[in-house]
Amino acid sequence: MLYVVIVFLILAVLMYILLGGADFGAGILELTTPNRMKSKIRKRTYETIGPIWEANHMWLIITIVILFVGFPAIYSLLSIHLHIPLLLMLFGIIGRGTAFVFRHYDAVEDEMQRVYNWIFAYSSFVTPFFLGLIFGAAVGGSINPDAPDFLASYIWSWLNAFSVAVGLFTVMICGFLTAVFLVGEAKNDAERRFFVTRSRLFILATVLAGGIVFLAAELQNVPLVELLITEWVTLGILFLATLAMILLWLKLPTATKSFSRLLAGAVVTAILLAFGYHYFPDMVILQGGENLTLFNSAALGKPIETLAWALLIGSIFILPSLGYLLYSFQKEKAEY
Amino acid sequence: MEDLLAARWQMAVSLGFHIIFACIGMVMPFFMATSHYQYLKTKKQLYKDLTKAWSKGVAIFFVTGAVSGTVLSFELGLLWPKFMLHAGPIFGMPFSLEGTAFFIEAIALGFFLYGWNKFNPWFHWFTGVIVGISGLASGILVVAANGWMNSPAGFDFVDGEYRNIDPIAAMFNDAWFTQALHMTLAAFVSTGFAVAGIHAYLMLKGKNIAFHRSAFTIALVFGSVAALLQPISGDLSAKDIAVRQPAKLAAMEAHFQTGESVPLIIGGIPDVEKKEVNYAIEIPGALSFLAHGDFEAEVIGLDQFPEEDHPPVLITHIAFQIMVGLGMALVGLSLLFLFSTWKKKVWLDARWFLWLFVIGTPLGFIALEAGWTVTEVGRQPWIIYGILRTEDAVSPIPGIQYSFYLFTAVYLSLAVVVTFLLMRQIGAVPSYPSQDIPSSDTSTSSTF
Repeated sequence: MLYVVIVFLILAVLMYILLGGADFGAGILELTTPNRMKSKIRKRTYETIGPIWEANHMWLIITIVILFVGFPAIYSLLSIHLHIPLLLMLFGIIGRGTAFVFRHYDAVEDEMQRVYNWIFAYSSFVTPFFLGLIFGAAVGGSINPDAPDFLASYIWSWLNAFSVAVGLFTVMICGFLTAVFLVGEAKNDAERRFFVTRSRLFILATVLAGGIVFLAAELQNVPLVELLITEWVTLGILFLATLAMILLWLKLPTATKSFSRLLAGAVVTAILLAFGYHYFPDMVILQGGENLTLFNSAALGKPIETLAWALLIGSIFILPSLGYLLYSFQKEKAEY
Repeated sequence: MEDLLAARWQMAVSLGFHIIFACIGMVMPFFMATSHYQYLKTKKQLYKDLTKAWSKGVAIFFVTGAVSGTVLSFELGLLWPKFMLHAGPIFGMPFSLEGTAFFIEAIALGFFLYGWNKFNPWFHWFTGVIVGISGLASGILVVAANGWMNSPAGFDFVDGEYRNIDPIAAMFNDAWFTQALHMTLAAFVSTGFAVAGIHAYLMLKGKNIAFHRSAFTIALVFGSVAALLQPISGDLSAKDIAVRQPAKLAAMEAHFQTGESVPLIIGGIPDVEKKEVNYAIEIPGALSFLAHGDFEAEVIGLDQFPEEDHPPVLITHIAFQIMVGLGMALVGLSLLFLFSTWKKKVWLDARWFLWLFVIGTPLGFIALEAGWTVTEVGRQPWIIYGILRTEDAVSPIPGIQYSFYLFTAVYLSLAVVVTFLLMRQIGAVPSYPSQDIPSSDTSTSSTF
């Protein structure tokens, strides 16, 4: 049953990165777009992600619940040592969640819209940045549970090159997902060209940020490169993902929207799975090389079993209805 | 500010904020569905507009509730990591189920908000009902988890270790039913009266009387029925606490000395030093009767517990008085509403009548917050009653007061923005009976 829980954990993280990521990307695109195109982006994203928007960050809640029920030692340790980035991520979540809805449900359209847009765009950057940073800090070996002072315990645990690089990389991935997604939503050629250029920019940025992650890992003695060289599976997947990105770059102007979307989704899934495979079953790598793994920190026995059942039963309800929701609104758009 | 106190305040502010939004988010869908039903039956534009107006409120509150709930799921660990380390696997069951319920609510809300004119009308209506039912289920599940903190179950506590964990038994702890019942009714009371009060105020302003009249009636039918049932649920809770958490009951009642035929103390200010209550009204034997159904029965007082296990008496007692007092006031308003609907229809339009309900707008929520203060402060000094002390669960990170200040500022500004948005929504309500003006759809089409 532990494996059922692990599969759901991976699934929830993946869904959050894919669906939530496309959603963060909307704000990131707004942030990096000239003013005249901003409203277009806003309109297209709202049309596409609006209906599933409410469901997106449920994946984060599922992830957190799996962590604290199934792997309490990990949840508790990260809560203590990554308190500050978690807090900052929460402010991001509050900001974007509320600003997104407020700007669409404000009965009067006036100056307040600019405030909402500003909050939405910046918190769309902050949230995935700290989410990625937290991932990076968890596996980067920078957390020291026995650190003697405040700085070592609560600041250097996350404020370091590797974590920051992973944070930036996550931001770029989100921007990449949305940009590719919006190519398919373009209403005319000019818009399409605009989104294609954006997508290419973000492909570049993603590859660049990926390189920085490796560089930062080297700087900080995180054994990422050494391990990768010996691990053919991870290396292979990452290679394929890079190839797919190049293919996407070339084909984007003419490809059908389902092709480019599937490919973009596959790229992100591949990157996540590659690193998942690379680190499995480690969840937190501490300073000194000790690890909290999915095995040694699991609340084995009844907690994991009931959690697995709850997830299985839950998915019987959730997955079909979520699928139907996505299907209904895609179909309805196709009919226009 | 001391870290423990800052952590408790941050938790209190976050919960206090979340509770209001969560309650509205789980109760308003029922009002919305009722109005939607009326629309589908009568085809009156008014009900459609009301449904749409309310559904925007639901969307705003759902997101604010969901966001503040997400924050809470992190805060549990950020503030109380040692509590979550042990409690997570034990009381996690309701949270994992709540994840599902919440997810379904979000999906159903997606269908509902974006589904106008796209689906079979009754399927569309049904998705609105699902929003309400799954929201309610979420609420009940989360309260069941809180119940576990008051009435720990589903594990053996041996030598400081939590063994033989049984999450199902933990979920169905002794407190879950009485607490969930009380909370669910409270959500209907407070939301019902708040919504009715706002519409009463708008009626007093003299515009769109028919529209606000319908809204007022739907909200109050739910609110008043729940308000009348609430004392029964409260009585169940009191009898339950008398057995399970006598220290909490003693603090609620400022009952210092164990004794028989204990009077019920109404109001008053407890003096913890002298162990007496000043300026209170006493009803002889009534506490014995309320707690154990017998005017002679013994009621355990705070003297039976070591000093370090006493909950803060002053806060618990006063919060309890506020809750009961306001609850009773709302029972009065409910009776007035039902009586006038039945016998005195002219009252329904009287200005004094509407003003009474305007005054009643915040009362339910004040009572709700006071009730949660009783539950939470009355459990102190324990975070898991009788097992783990709050002071032993708090995060070791220093400077929690800064995150408390930040959170307070964020929540205050959110509260201001939401209020501001609601006032604008209310301002955008279409006019009646000017049906010839296509007012209703201009307000919606611009946002979709």
